[in-house]
Amino acid sequence: MHVSPLETNVKVRNGRIQITNMTKANIVMRLVLWALLLFTLIGPFFLDYGTITWSTAISLTLGNLKMMFLEPAFHQITFATALKQISMTLALAFLATILGAVLSFFLAIFSAKNLAPSMVSNGIIAFNSFIRAVPTVLWVLIFAIVAGLGAIACVLGMMLHTIAYLTKAFAESFEELEEGTIEALRASGANWWHIVWHAVVPQSSSYMVSWIFLRFETNYGVAVAMGAAAAAGGIGFELFMASSFYYDLHEVGMITYCALIVAIILELVSLRIKRKLMAKS
Amino acid sequence: MTEANILRRKKWRMTGVMIVLIVLTYGSAAITKFNIIEGLFAIPSTLAWMINNLVPSAETIENIPKVLKRLWETIILSVIASTTAAVFALLFAILGAQTTQFNRFFGFVARFMASIFRNVPVIAWALVLVISFGHNVVTGYFALFFSTFGFLVRMFIETIDEASSDGVEALMATGATYFQMVCKGVLPDTMPQMLSWIFYMIETNIRSATLVGLLTGTGIGYLFDLYYKKLDYNMLGLITIMIIAVVFIIEFTSNKVRKVIS
Repeated sequence: MHVSPLETNVKVRNGRIQITNMTKANIVMRLVLWALLLFTLIGPFFLDYGTITWSTAISLTLGNLKMMFLEPAFHQITFATALKQISMTLALAFLATILGAVLSFFLAIFSAKNLAPSMVSNGIIAFNSFIRAVPTVLWVLIFAIVAGLGAIACVLGMMLHTIAYLTKAFAESFEELEEGTIEALRASGANWWHIVWHAVVPQSSSYMVSWIFLRFETNYGVAVAMGAAAAAGGIGFELFMASSFYYDLHEVGMITYCALIVAIILELVSLRIKRKLMAKS
Repeated sequence: MTEANILRRKKWRMTGVMIVLIVLTYGSAAITKFNIIEGLFAIPSTLAWMINNLVPSAETIENIPKVLKRLWETIILSVIASTTAAVFALLFAILGAQTTQFNRFFGFVARFMASIFRNVPVIAWALVLVISFGHNVVTGYFALFFSTFGFLVRMFIETIDEASSDGVEALMATGATYFQMVCKGVLPDTMPQMLSWIFYMIETNIRSATLVGLLTGTGIGYLFDLYYKKLDYNMLGLITIMIIAVVFIIEFTSNKVRKVIS
């Protein structure tokens, strides 16, 4: 029987034309989705819940959340202290970001594929994924053993993750530099440092500033957490004291609102920066 | 304006930015009493200390099952917090994205709620929940759930708005209903990207779970805190190495999956 070329490409099942194409990507995606669903359904049965009375715990939580969000008040500290502690948190985040950015710049030059030999570049990438694999709080606590709990351990711990993140971002924007530009500079007798300072840096400086700010936003959140978990000071530490030491949920609410407002402002600014970046590229 | 003028202005602007940054750095160092020189010298000495001390000894090897049990708890927690949060985030993202919102007001409410959830610090959720739920996995789960939800809504909205306005317009022109437009137009288009955000969140949550665990006494974070306070550095080394191994395995799988589906 003669089959027209058109019909061989049309799959029919139960009298209906199949419009979804089962490509490899589609199959893998479905498998992954099913696997995640299965894990989500089975996973909770492996956990040890101890003795928990759900009804009292939930009503208690709702009461606590009401106290926290609807009746915020300062008791142990004043608004001025809260402001001071927020500037402390911002300062910690800023130091980690700026020191990390300077170090990342140099690491990124040596990890961009078009500027450095592949062995150096792969070495830096491997080192960064090692840094990323250890949670920030563990880095901070490990630094604290040597340098003592406080600003130094906190800044250094946050700085390592900043380096891992920014090196990748910077290197990617360096790699966008056209091969022709580098070749032309090299042909005119420019050495490696000339290429970096006069072609790579001017072209990617606005990208770098944007990435640095985006990371600063993340680091603010991390700095709040480190204040509580590693006693590094700042608004996070006050949050920890108010909830675990004074059990004062009204104050927890007030401090949360202070931290929240700063975070939302930072987020709005970074959203603007992102839009600008997207418009450019 | 001549070429030279533009270049000169650019130079001045860069110099201005540099000066502001240096002033801010010194200001921050003064506020936090951070000594930059001392700080930078702490890095090599800490690395040397790590190589000498954070090495699991023969006795600590016996504790591997104990660590594995806690680690397993942390993995389950991160995965189910990410997946359940993703389901809710998808609904909110469809309500909040420019291309799929059916009402400006609901869109705003969805975006605003998500913003609150992601910007309230994770530790604030953890510290409040631990008061009522106690040192329990449920505390960790909800703390991770809230922050993951907020973050995923933001990322899903960006994904929907970037990917699908043309397809949506075409579907609407053929007379498709709202639900057909979402299910047949938006979801298939954005699914690979959303899935890779979920994987990103699972990776991130393993690290956040360590932090939350430290504060709420659950999972691997609790174990780390316990041996940290006991000054048992061999065990700390073992725990750190095992966390690294788990993060590597998850990163490897998610990279593989991402490469195939996108």
